[in-house]
Amino acid sequence: MRELWNVSSSPHVRAWDGTRNLMLDVVLALMPAAAFGIYRFGIYSLCVLVTAVGFALLTEYTYEACVGKESTLWDGSALVTGLLLGMNLPPFVPLWIPMLGSIFAILAVKQLFGGIGQNVVNPAMAARCFLLISFADQMNRYSGADGMSGATPLEILKNGGTADTAAMFTGFTTGSIGEISTLALLAGGIYLLVKRVIDWVIPIVYLGTFALFIVLFGGRGADPGYLAAQLCGGGLMIGAWFMATDYTTSPVTEKGRVLYALFLGILTGIFRLWGASAGGVSYAIVTADLLVPLIEKITIPKPFGWEGQKDG
Amino acid sequence: MGYGSFRGGVHPFRGKGITKEKAISEYLPQGELVYPLSQHIGAPAKAAVAVGDEVLAGQILGEADGFISAGVISSVSGHVRSIERRMLADGVISDSVIVENDREYRPAPGIGKLRDPKEMTKEEIRTAIKNAGIVGLGGAGFPTHVKLTPGDDGAIDYVIVNAVECEPYLTGNYRLMLEDPEGILKGLQVILRLFEKAKGVIAIEDDKPEAVRRMKAAAEEHRVQKASIEVCALKTKYPQGAERNLIFSITGRKLNSKKLPKDAGCIVCNAATVHAVGQAVCEGQPLMSRVITVTGDGIANPGNFLVRVGTSCRELIEAAGGFTCEPKKVIAGGPMMGMALTVPDVPVTKTSSALLVFQKDPVAQVKKGSCIRCGRCVKVCPCRLAPLKMWQACKHYNYELFQKLYGMECYECGSCTYVCSARLPLTQSFKQARMMISGIRAKAGKEAGETG
Repeated sequence: MRELWNVSSSPHVRAWDGTRNLMLDVVLALMPAAAFGIYRFGIYSLCVLVTAVGFALLTEYTYEACVGKESTLWDGSALVTGLLLGMNLPPFVPLWIPMLGSIFAILAVKQLFGGIGQNVVNPAMAARCFLLISFADQMNRYSGADGMSGATPLEILKNGGTADTAAMFTGFTTGSIGEISTLALLAGGIYLLVKRVIDWVIPIVYLGTFALFIVLFGGRGADPGYLAAQLCGGGLMIGAWFMATDYTTSPVTEKGRVLYALFLGILTGIFRLWGASAGGVSYAIVTADLLVPLIEKITIPKPFGWEGQKDG
Repeated sequence: MGYGSFRGGVHPFRGKGITKEKAISEYLPQGELVYPLSQHIGAPAKAAVAVGDEVLAGQILGEADGFISAGVISSVSGHVRSIERRMLADGVISDSVIVENDREYRPAPGIGKLRDPKEMTKEEIRTAIKNAGIVGLGGAGFPTHVKLTPGDDGAIDYVIVNAVECEPYLTGNYRLMLEDPEGILKGLQVILRLFEKAKGVIAIEDDKPEAVRRMKAAAEEHRVQKASIEVCALKTKYPQGAERNLIFSITGRKLNSKKLPKDAGCIVCNAATVHAVGQAVCEGQPLMSRVITVTGDGIANPGNFLVRVGTSCRELIEAAGGFTCEPKKVIAGGPMMGMALTVPDVPVTKTSSALLVFQKDPVAQVKKGSCIRCGRCVKVCPCRLAPLKMWQACKHYNYELFQKLYGMECYECGSCTYVCSARLPLTQSFKQARMMISGIRAKAGKEAGETG
């Protein structure tokens, strides 16, 4: 008998890029910053990244195998989570930190909430907050065996010192593995913009709001050096371009994205200026993520032809 | 005025290159012809012939039954073999008149009588269109004489000729514009006679500069005759040709699903429909044939064909050289909104725009994932809906929530499914929900009518 023709409901074509392509684009965009971190801090930081990624994948696989869910190992989302977490860790942390962090990120933050697309907060950010609170000592030790300087530029700033903004821009400074080079992170961010993986709204509004907040309340006015150091320092760049733009935990509506980014800018400013630690991006993102359902609810647009009308 | 575009939309592979340069060639049917009595929106036509009757080309086989209905015209001469139920491309089974073709194409009396629309009253023009059995040839199949009777003729200030053809692979309208721009303008002139205050706008996507040029040149000649006709090149994207979006692109006026184009002072007709109106009113030719694009990688000689309504799609495939290999998927219409066929034994109807034959079915290989909330569906929705939220509602059969999310505004263009990162069947689930809700509403309305 002749083969039957396939029947399906329209549309009969699909865009070529799916979840995996988007995730791999994010990984690709993170590569310059990751590579620079390894170059700057040495082979041990590569071990940290590999451990973080490895345990993220392992946790994803094991959990799904145990509960009998179809494996999502190949959609690339666990890879992104692991990589982002690793890049947000200090370069010389003991390896059990990335292990624990990845397990927490994938198991507690992502899978227990239902897996990809269901998590309420960004897994990598939540895991970092968890590690920061639980292991403050290990997570704040930025000096290594080779005697590299201990304090991060933001800590220096907080204590009233001045930072070398040129070094902070290129990345010859101290900090987490993937956050030090603003240049490399910007290159990745621009790649994502060009490939239309992300849109400009969240990073630009976030950075803009934060800058304005610093000018208004930072106590140094529009001091360009101070402002540049605040923008380049800490996890702001990696946060604005790679974490705040996380699909699952950012609003899908256009207006919602603006509102979300405004919140992020203000929260980051508050945490940085008056918080206990020098950074604040992780806490800001986790907090703002929790507001997303609410933001979406109030910003869902009126459909075409219903603008300004009440009745549905 | 409008912006020449709207918010949202997608850019699927166009595929028009295959048949863009293929001139329209006429195909005369060999076998039996099938005339479904329901190939339009509204009440099915009533059979006006009996089994064994002799019929002539242009003769009425089915009479319009009610206000929103359309007649069915024989496209060949011969005799009625039977009246039976047949399946159409969209899977609907309709009473159909089956005509045995004698291949002589003897015209019915009065066919081909030339008329000057300038000497006809509005009533005569509308009757001529109605008698010609013309419906929206773009795919919707709404009876054209009803569309052209909006109530207040003076309230219409735009007559829009929809020559956008935003569905990939389709080139029928494009060829019509290149080969008979005069025919389209003739039809437009007829329609403009009905609406004295209206301006004619011919809407074309800007990736068809040759069509824009030809239509402009033709319109220029008519301008000498003091007709107000403009050719509008719109941004190329899908679904630019969707009525509500098209009206916005051209006039800047917004309509929701509860309104009709006439509420925005517009009448929108497909270019092929306008062409048919010109033929019917000026040349006394009822709707007997239409242009169809037969294309895809599974067809040997893709092309644009002028086909008699009622011809079997199986014949049409053979006319285009047959299959190159056993196809995986055959679609009646475009790839975004067309219907997949199981068998080729369905007739060409008034609303058939294309027959696509593919060696592969890309959709069959697609693996469904979970929504990652990337928001691409929200970005592309031409109705500015939130498909991902409607999907959640559909998944739980929560039709109340679906309606609250304005799900009934969706016109099933397929853009959200096209871009979905997780490859979810969004449009498909919306179709189901909309059908269910329409059914519930109709039932409730009926019950209310019975008790009240």
